[in-house]
This record gives sequence, C-alpha cells and structure tokens, in this order.
Amino acid sequence: MRVALFATCVNDALHPSTAVATVRLLERLGVAVDFPAAQTCCGQPQFNTGYRRETEPLVHRMARAFEGYDHVVTPSGSCVAMIRDNYPRIGSKARAEGRGDTLAQASDSLVPRTYELTEFLVDVLGVTDVGAYFPHKVTYHPSCHGLRMLGLGERPRRLLEAVKGLELVELPGAEECCGFGGTFAVKNPDVSTAMGADKIHHSLSTGAEVLCGADNSCLMHLGGMLRRQDAPQRALHLAEILASTEEEPFA
Amino acid sequence: MSGTFIGMPAFPKAAHEAVRDTTLRANLRHATHTIRDKRAVAVAELADWAELREAGKQIKTETLHSLDTYLVQLEEAVTAAGGTVHWAADAAEANQIVTDLVKATGESEVVKVKSMATQEIGLNEHLEAEGIRAYETDLAELIVQLGEDRPSHILVPAIHRNRGEIRDIFTSEMGKWGREAPDDLTDSPVELAEAARLHLREKFLRAKVGISGANFMVAETGTLVVVESEGNGRMCLTLPETLISVVGIEKVVPTWRDLEVFLQTLPRSSTAERMNPYTSTWTGTTDGDGPSAFHLVLLDNGRTDALADEVGRQALRCIRCSACLNVCPVYERAGGHAYGSVYPGPIGAILTPQLRGTTSEVDASLPYASSLCGACYDVCPVAIDIPEVLVHLREKVAGQGGKGHRLEKVAMKAAGWVLDHPGVLAAGERAASKTRALHPRKLPGPGARQWTESRDLPELPAEPFRDWWKKNRT
Repeated sequence: MRVALFATCVNDALHPSTAVATVRLLERLGVAVDFPAAQTCCGQPQFNTGYRRETEPLVHRMARAFEGYDHVVTPSGSCVAMIRDNYPRIGSKARAEGRGDTLAQASDSLVPRTYELTEFLVDVLGVTDVGAYFPHKVTYHPSCHGLRMLGLGERPRRLLEAVKGLELVELPGAEECCGFGGTFAVKNPDVSTAMGADKIHHSLSTGAEVLCGADNSCLMHLGGMLRRQDAPQRALHLAEILASTEEEPFA
Repeated sequence: MSGTFIGMPAFPKAAHEAVRDTTLRANLRHATHTIRDKRAVAVAELADWAELREAGKQIKTETLHSLDTYLVQLEEAVTAAGGTVHWAADAAEANQIVTDLVKATGESEVVKVKSMATQEIGLNEHLEAEGIRAYETDLAELIVQLGEDRPSHILVPAIHRNRGEIRDIFTSEMGKWGREAPDDLTDSPVELAEAARLHLREKFLRAKVGISGANFMVAETGTLVVVESEGNGRMCLTLPETLISVVGIEKVVPTWRDLEVFLQTLPRSSTAERMNPYTSTWTGTTDGDGPSAFHLVLLDNGRTDALADEVGRQALRCIRCSACLNVCPVYERAGGHAYGSVYPGPIGAILTPQLRGTTSEVDASLPYASSLCGACYDVCPVAIDIPEVLVHLREKVAGQGGKGHRLEKVAMKAAGWVLDHPGVLAAGERAASKTRALHPRKLPGPGARQWTESRDLPELPAEPFRDWWKKNRT
C-alpha cells in the first residue's frame, strides 16, 4: 500500500506541526508515508473566490504529484471537499468549453484515492483507538466541509473518545459555521468575526482547554481570535491529539 | 429607512452596520433559531423526506426544461376558464399592465395578498405614483408597510422587528391608513393581532380589486394556488370583483399530482407546519362565486436569462420557503436588508444577481456574501446547490473585473505561479519563517488589515513542513 501525505499549503507554511503529527501517527499505525515534494495547494482559495481557470494548473499539479499512490491522505476536510466536489466540476466545465478531457482525467484519477485523515483511519485502516494519550478537556468543532460536504459523521468523535485521558465535552451549536470561509474572512470581515465570536463564546462556555478541529484553516481563524482575547483555550488540530502518546506526549 | 432597495451599498458595508445593531441581532437570532429548530423536527417526522426532496427537484427541473410548452398550456387553460393572460417581459411592463387593469375598473385602491413577485417589481410604489393605494394585508407585510420599512425575510418580512417595536408602529401609524389602533394597545400577540384584524377588516369589505402572486400554477387546468397561514390572503382572493395575479413564469407545475410533493415540503420547510392553515386554489372565474374578472400577469424579469445558465438555472426551482434564510449564519448576523433585495439570504444571493445582473455594487457583492458552509443546501426542499451557484456567480463577477477584482486577479495569478513552482514557494515560506520575530500583531494592506482587525495571525513556525520532511525523512 503506497500512501502519500498531502500536507496542504496552509499546513506546510503555517502549521507544519499538524503535518508532522499526521506522519508520526500514520507511521505508528504501521503505514509508510511519502511526501511528494511536487505538491503545493489544491486551489480551493482561488476556485472559491471565482478564479476557476487559475485553479486548473493546480489540478494538473495535484494529479501528477500523487500519481501512482494508492491513497492520498490529508489532514484537511476542506481540501478533500475541494478535490471531491470541485475537481469533477472543473473537469466537466473544461470539457464543455471544448478544451479537452485532460482536466477531467486528472480529476477522475485523483478523486477516488483521496481521503481525509479520519476517513483513512476509520474506513481504510479500520481503527478508532490509535493508542493516543492526551490528558486534557477537549471540545470538538466539526467544520462545515467535514460535517456537510464529506459527511465525516461520528468518525472524529469516535477517534477522540478512544484517546486515553481525554475528556470530550459537547460544543453547543457545533454544526454552525465558524465564519472563516476562505476569502470570506477578509471580504466580509464583520460577519466573519461575528460568527467567530459566537463560536468562541460557545467553545469557552464548555470550559475545555482545547478547541479541536480537523481543518487548520478554521482553527487559524478561531485560534487567532482566542489569542487576540488571551483566552484560556487553544485551538489544536485533531492529528496532533491523535499523535500524542504517553511516551511522546504533545509538546 | 426608505421603502425601496435602490442604491444599496455593497453587502459588507451594509452588514458592517447590521452586526453592531444589538436589538436586530437579538431579534434575528431568536427568530431564526426558533424556526430552524422547529423545521428540523417537522422534517424529521417524514420517513420519505429525501425522496420528496428529490421528487421536488425532478419535477421543477423537468418543468423548467420544457417551460415554453407548459406556459402555453397554462395560458390556454386559464383563458378557457374565463381568465385573461398577460405576458410581461420586465418589471416596467408588469407594473404598466397592472396599473392599466386597475384604472380600467375605476378604482383607486387595492388589497394585496402577500406576494414576492409584486415586491420584486416594486408594484406598490408604481401604483402609488399613479394615484392608486395598495394595502398589504399579510400581518408582517402590514407591519413593514406601516413602518415605511423594507422586508428583510421572504416568509416573515418583519422578522427584524420585535413585539415592542410592532406595538409602537401600530400605535403611531395605523390611523394614517385607516382604523386606528386602540389607545391601550400592549405588545401581547393577541392584542396586536386583533388590532391588525380590525384595521384590515374594513379594507377587505371595501376593496373591489385584489392583487396576488401565487405559489404554484397548474398547467393542465390553469389553476393558481396560494398557501398561507392567516386567511387574509383568502379574503383578498375571494371578496373583490377583480383579481389580478402577478406570477413568475417559473411557478408553473405540469399537473395537480405534482402539488402532492410541494404541499408537503413547503409548509414543513417554511413554517414548520405539517400543513399550512389556508390553501386557496382557483381556476379562472365562476359565476356568483368569487371575483368575476381574473387576470394573470406572467412575469419574466430576468428569469429566462437565469434559465439560460446551466449552473445558475437551478435557482428557479425555488419555492420561496425561506428554510435557507433561517439556517444561514450570515443572514442571522447581517440581517435581510444588507442583501439589498426583496430576496435576502442564501437564495437571494444567487437569485438577485441572476435576475438583476451583477453591474451594481450590491449585486456584485452578493455571491461573496457566504462562507459556503452548505447549511442552505442541506435544508433546501428542492435541493438547490446554493454554494455551487455562488461560486459559479463569483466566477462571473471576478471575470467582469470591476472594483477590487482587478488587483485580486493579479494576486491570484501571482499566487498561482508560485504554487506551480514548489521551489519558489519553499523559498517564500523560509523567508517568512526567518523574519517571524518581526511580524506585528496588526498589519496594513488589503486582506491583512481585515484579518488582523479581530484575529492574531498564526504564529509562524521555525521552518515549513517540507524542510522538516527533508531533514527527518529523506
């Protein structure tokens, strides 16, 4: 089984600890992971802002970078949703515009092999107890792409519940968007901030030390707000919790 | 506040004010969460909801595919039943047709059933300019009209008002339009409803002309359908001598059988009721029963343009239930007025730019008035993929250039080049990491300023992941 990590541009540049944690977690579970250096970004920010044609070279790049791997695993629900929902659209629009089948082929090749981390753990590896240790009070924000587009359902929760020492507390209004929304955060900063403030209000009301999510773009927004308020809570990616063990606890 | 949406600022500007209005935020939060939760319960009662949703989608899609055929069939059926059909290409034509029809009756006032189509074309304002007074009779529309306000929700247009505000509006304004509110009016729902009932009753009994829209038009029989909760609509549909209905061409369904689906999905999605209290259906005219003259004005007003768009046309499936508004986190915080249209919320953000185009500042900003969270698509009873259409419309707006988008396109192209050259990307990441101690908490410049106003930037790591990988795994 050849498994590649798609780190995502956000994790590569801003949250490498999440990508490192994903590597350590998968290796601990006996999976040999590769990181093809040709990868960069799935193109979600460009596509969702209205720049479909500017996204096309990245679709080709993604397909080439991950050619030959059985599974492409990424710790980002929104990037998987971009690939799964929008790469086929990019392919069929290019075809409809008379620009050939190459984008559609790139999409067809990549989509069925791409997995969000919790999908890969639960569905492919068949594990929910990954042997993690994290003695903290945690609340989980499911993120829109994971919740609605990918339908991750109970997977993240089952993984968290199996973590030794972890106390999982319910996040009120969990299904509501945090207000990040890519370029929405800067194009509509007032509404985005109002949504984020409500999410953080709910999150802090749980008394959790950690606001956990499976999408660092949402956590960058929420974590940035928590830090601005000097709140007694930090945002942390699920992969970093799952990578933490008694021998090598989260630092 | 004026009664029209003309000259509205872009969505972010309007929302900037709205999110700071604590009364508005409280009113909207309470109302949307209440309806949202009730809807979820009403929908969960039906084991076959997914099938009903799919059936509604299919019926609308197939009808839109052969819309020309069904509209002609409808016209023939309405005409055969004693009605008269008028075709209006745009708002101006529709307003003129209605004005001429009212003038031909010799009347100078009309009673109105709650109708989105007549709001869309600004009929009341047009009639007023022609010396004809139009009385809104839906309770919430009455509140909006008396308050010289604008609707902020499709189903509950006065959702931005609380009971105290409504009491104040009734007390100060009702007398100017007819029967006054009682002096000792309180904000209890029973008293407010009674004041409205007495005020409206004299209008119903006096009016000779009624104006409505319709939720559905059945092509096979020429029957129009209005669903409502109050019964005020039925008063307007049955008491006047002349009835004029202004209906968007996308409201046609082929057969009565098709109503089986929508009369289940519409009330549960909109008011969270298993069945709405009043469903009125009428077919042309009947001697000695209801209006003796019936006119149907079929309204295009941008709909055929939307129909020509392969992705955008799904917006025409909309049955105006408002479930997407009630579940939308952006609508909940920005309020309906920020959308600058009688169609607010997620559906408005995809419908308005298609009906009006994207040349005005507010219309060009609407496709971006969403975090693409997808909650709207989940609750839509005709499965309109609103996020898909939003992104599709963003492509149109970005493509036309205009304010903010020229620079953005340059930036996107530059970013695209960097992302297609991993070596350059890595060099940039390293440079950012090396200078991280120098990064301030708040930054100037487009994008950075909006981000750092309320959030800290992520703390930059010592090195990008790709460097860690190179050192530790290769």
